[in-house]
This record gives sequence, structure tokens and C-alpha cells, in this order.
Amino acid sequence: MSDATVRKGYIRPVDFKHGRVDMTHGGGGRAMAQLIDELFLAAFDNDWLRAANDQACFAVPGGRIAMATDAHVVSPLFFPGGDIGCLSVHGTINDVAMSGAKPLYLSASFILEEGFALADLKRIVESMARAAREAGVPIVTGDTKVVESGKGDGVFITTTGVGVVPEGVNISGDRAQPGDAILLSGSLGDHGVAIMAQRESLGFETRIESDTAALHELVARMIEAAPDIHVLRDPTRGGLATTLNEIARQSGVGMLLRETAIPVRQEVAAACEFLGLDPLYVANEGKLVCLCAERDAERLLEVMRAHPLGREAARVGSAHADPHHFVQMETGFGGKRIVDWLTGEQLPRIC
Amino acid sequence: MKYIDEFRDGGTARSLAAAIAREARPERRYHIMEFCGGHTHAISRYGLTDLLPPGIRLIHGPGCPVCVLPIGRIDNAIELALNRGVILAAYGDCLRVPASGGLSLLKAKARGADVRMVYSSADALKLAQDHPDREVVFFAIGFETTTPPTAVALSQAEKLGLRNFTVFCNHVLTPSAIAHILESPEVRLHGTVPLDAFIGPAHVSTVIGSQPYEHFAEEYEKPVVIAGFEPLDVMQAILMLVRQLNEGRAEVENEFSRAVTREGNLKAQRLVAETFELRKSFEWRGLNEVPYSALRIKARYAAFDAERRFGIEYKSVADNRACECGAILRGLKRPQDCKLFGTVCTPENPAGSCMVSSEGACAAHYTYGRYKDVVMS
Repeated sequence: MSDATVRKGYIRPVDFKHGRVDMTHGGGGRAMAQLIDELFLAAFDNDWLRAANDQACFAVPGGRIAMATDAHVVSPLFFPGGDIGCLSVHGTINDVAMSGAKPLYLSASFILEEGFALADLKRIVESMARAAREAGVPIVTGDTKVVESGKGDGVFITTTGVGVVPEGVNISGDRAQPGDAILLSGSLGDHGVAIMAQRESLGFETRIESDTAALHELVARMIEAAPDIHVLRDPTRGGLATTLNEIARQSGVGMLLRETAIPVRQEVAAACEFLGLDPLYVANEGKLVCLCAERDAERLLEVMRAHPLGREAARVGSAHADPHHFVQMETGFGGKRIVDWLTGEQLPRIC
Repeated sequence: MKYIDEFRDGGTARSLAAAIAREARPERRYHIMEFCGGHTHAISRYGLTDLLPPGIRLIHGPGCPVCVLPIGRIDNAIELALNRGVILAAYGDCLRVPASGGLSLLKAKARGADVRMVYSSADALKLAQDHPDREVVFFAIGFETTTPPTAVALSQAEKLGLRNFTVFCNHVLTPSAIAHILESPEVRLHGTVPLDAFIGPAHVSTVIGSQPYEHFAEEYEKPVVIAGFEPLDVMQAILMLVRQLNEGRAEVENEFSRAVTREGNLKAQRLVAETFELRKSFEWRGLNEVPYSALRIKARYAAFDAERRFGIEYKSVADNRACECGAILRGLKRPQDCKLFGTVCTPENPAGSCMVSSEGACAAHYTYGRYKDVVMS
């Protein structure tokens, strides 16, 4: 190669087509700096990151600050309707938003496994950037570590978010009261079933897509309509059943659900039937459950249904006084049963 | 959802419930055993007992494949996975069954055993093909429903000439267990378990047909109604049994005619007969040794028999002494009669097998019905 063909100061760019993560990408040296520049900075691009400090400094508006962190491990990394990247942005935004807060900033920390394809990493990071841009919440600081091959599962992403709770809003899992209405923003189980359908050993084809979405704008509309919402939570792992049991315990109330009122898409119901799973226990990534005073219920439903992420919102039950904090359900069949905590993982039945 | 909603319709359920209430005689009691865990699950999940008059008592039978698996056999599987370096492929609900030394397959996995959850015997076979350098053992359990797929896996393994695939066979037989219950002193002599009729298995009967139950109807004068696993199937079967008992009939009737014939699935039966043979005796959790109640792999397929290849020796292990699983599986006691129920023994930390699978009588009652105990006390 003659000198003339090499431009002065030229550095060979990271090979995002065929390259793989190696130990130098986490070593703190040039390779790491280059990966940060060409991948993370390029994708997330904002003033805080460009300042290249170990932290982001920003002005804090008055009021209560909400902060949440969430580690994301998902297999497969890419699934119908999303990937670990957008999931890690939506998940933390939602956790912050469930306090009623307006999410402001995110951090992201990556644990990469040696040998992981850079092309896949790029796809994931770009998906994160898109999700953050669409949500209007920038990723302002981050970290990258590399672990040896076999010690990770491709990529783990931990994101942390901060937001500010509007004046006069007090949403908390211990505020449910007897008489509260239980509202659900949409159909159950889409995310969990989309993931399960992708797992190699199952091999059945569905058109079900993950519902992964950032819910903070829906929450903002709801708070405008009814600032005195008692509880908001996104029923992720463990599904609606587990979420409601958590709230029942925190608030010291019982709950009664109506099975026929709970929206479940037909494809999801069919897949659950097939796998011996219960949609009430399957994970969601773009749904929220809301407990509010009866007088606010109709107005909130109206506002939720007017938002694209709450179009199928429904009133699914109510809270009542119960020293045992049971979550019960009137079955479509006319009987009653407990909707219990999830035990371990949901495992398919044999028979 | 089509083909599902029709069998879960609340209106139909109420009219069936009204018919049962009308026809059940107030002066008599009806003790009906649902043999299958699938029925137990449907009864609890849909709250069917709420719809029945007080004179009808449902007794949960031993038809939960996970519940009747004795501890010793799970110990064998754990030993294979932990100490023999095999990939152990098992159905999901086997993983949490408590075994000796506080272990389960799931806990063994956390200690480094290579335990894989599979949905079918075909998945296990594929594991063996994908890992030619590893021994793959399929932990085959279940009643007649899961036996034919295991038979298929064995014959395919032979055709493919797989040298790294074996089956640890624990398949058991429904009719032998029913006969054992009917012959038990509690039922026959002491009358401590009043047993008037059976709801016959759904999926099992698709394979074996309705014929094998005719013996029970004739010999023991117990009516049998084979029913599907949907809640309306169960309600309809209860109505049919109430009618038989009222009229003094003891016949085999088939409510599940959309899937079950008198002869059953002859092709599946043939396949099973080619691959398996009867064991003289097999231990069932809760029922002890039951003669001619289980299958083992025929000598022709010896090369694929994990018991032969690994020289597995069975050692019987007694249950926790306070655990009432045995009495519950025989219909002697109800889950809430056990001292451990809901305290020491919960679905998170099951002491006995009935608490493990969602089909088990204890897990079903804990998960779906225990609020009723609170209301009563």
C-alpha cells in the first residue's frame, strides 16, 4: 500500500458488517473510545454525551424527582414488534412514568459478550436511539463492559431514568382504596406470547407482536384529566395477576376482577390455550393498570381510549376491603376463583 | 375464540347447573371422582363447585402425571443429570417436583446439571441430533396420552441410528390405577371413601378408547362418564352421572364423543404395543406399589433404554411424614385437611407432589380456591 492512498489521520472505522465484540471494546483504550464514538455517540447524539464526561449534568426542575432502573435480559434479542434495545428504553420510561412523572433523562449501561456481532449491536443501539427520540427522552450517559465469551448472553442492557412528578400528583402502590375502579389500558399477553413464539424450541408461527411502547404520554393525558389517580403500574413480568397482587398487598385491599371484561386478543388467547399458559400471568411491555376513585373512572377511560396506546382500555374490576388481600375473579363461567401470585415461572402443563 | 368459547359459555353453564340442582335428590349424596388432573384444574379454575348443589362432592383422583411420580424416580433423573453428565430433557412441570435432599430438577440445574425443558419427545430427539457429542436422556412421564409420542421418538431414534439418545421411561396406566383405588380397603371394606361414580379421562381416552372402563361399570357397578377438559364438559358429565345414579344404572357413557371412540386410537395403541411392555409392578406416589400399572421399554429397543444403559437402580423414598398427598391422591382427605397445606407446603416450596403441578389437587385448591377456607373459618 503506497503512502499516497492513505489519508493523513485516517483511522479504520469499526467494522459493523463483519466485526465482533472483543475484549478490547471494554478495555478502556482506543478500541473502546472508537466504539463509543462511532456507535453510541453517533446514535444517541446529544450535548451531554458529546461533552464526553463520566457523568451528565443537567438542571433539575422543582418538585419531586422520580428515578427507576431496569436490567434487560431477553432471549431472543430480536422479536416481532421490537428488540432488547427499544424494550430497554420503554421499560425504564414506563417505570418512571408510573409515578405520574414526566421522564426527562436516561442512562444506559451495556454488558457485551465477547464474540457478539457488531452488526447486531448496531441494530440494537439504533433501535434504542429511535425509541428515545420518539419518546423525547435523551440517553445522556452510559457505560460499556465486555465479558468473556460464555459469560453473557450476547448483550445485557441496564437503563436508568429520572423524571419529575407534577405538583399535586401522588401515585403509589399503597394508595388503592376499597371502592376503587381497576382500569386496564389494553389487551393482555402480547409481549410474552410474541417472545415465546420466537423461542427456537416452539417453532409455531404467529402474527403476534410485542406491545412494547413508552406510556408516559398516555399517563400525562390521564393525569391532566384526573390528577388524583391512586395507583399506576405496568404489568410486565408476572402479568396483570402478579401486579394486582402486589398492589393488593401494598394497599391492604382485596380485588374482584370480571374475567369477561379483560381484553385478550384472540391470537394470544389461542397461543396461551395451546401452551397451557394463562394470559393473566404473561408479560406486557406497553400496558398499564390504573386504580382510581369511582368518580374518575369514566373520565379516565374516555381519555385512555382517545390515546393510541389505550384504545382498548377497559374497566376490569374493583377493589374492596379484605383483610386477606385476595385478588379474586368472577369467571366467565359464573364461578369465582383466586387470581394468585405467579409461582416460579409459568410452566406448560403436560396433559 | 372459536372451538373454545362454545365450551366455556356462562349461560349454558347456568342452565346445566340448574338441571343438576333440579335432578340431584336432596336426601342423597353423590361422591364423584374426577380421575384426571386436567379435570381438577378445570373445576378449580372455573370455580365449578360454586355452581353445584351441596350434595355433590367432587373427589380429586390420582390422574396428575407429575403428582404420582415417586420421589425415587425423580432422584434417579437428578442423579443422571448431576453426576452422569447427560443432557436431561424433561417436561416443564416435572422441573419443580421435590425430590430427596431438598433437590428438584430445577435446583439440580442451578447446581450445574444440564436440564432442558422440552415440549415434546420430538424436542428431546432434536436435542440428541444437535448434540452428537452428548448423551441425551428423555425423562418420559405421563399416562397414555404422552406414551405414544415417546414410542414415536424411540422408533425414530432407531431409524436415525442415534447412539446418544435414551429414554428414562416412567409411563403409567390409567385403568390399573382406577382398579387399584376400587380394590383399596378404604373403598371396598371400610367405606371411608364413598365413591359412587367416575368422570373418565379426556385425553387418555382419545388413545385407549372408552372400552377399558366397561370393566369398572360392570364389575364394580360404578358409572363412568368420559368427559372433555372444558368446564362445560365437566358440568355435562356431572349431570349424566347424577342421572345414572338416580336411575340405578352403571354404564360407560361418552360425553367427549367429539374426540373419543369406543376403540380409541388403534394406530397409537399398536405403536405403544410394539415399543413397550408391562412392568410387573410400579410405585405410584400416594398409591404405593401398583401391579401391572406401568410400562417399560421392550428388549428390542434396549439400546435406547436409559435404565439399561446407565444401570439405574430404583430406591423407594418415603414422603414427608406429615404430607397427606397419599391420602389426598386416594380421595381419603382433602387438601385443606393436611397440616402442611398453605403453611409449610405452598406452590413456592412444595413438600408434596400434589402442590407442584397446577393439576395437583393441592396446588389447584391453593391457587384458585383457598379463599373459601378463610370464609368458612
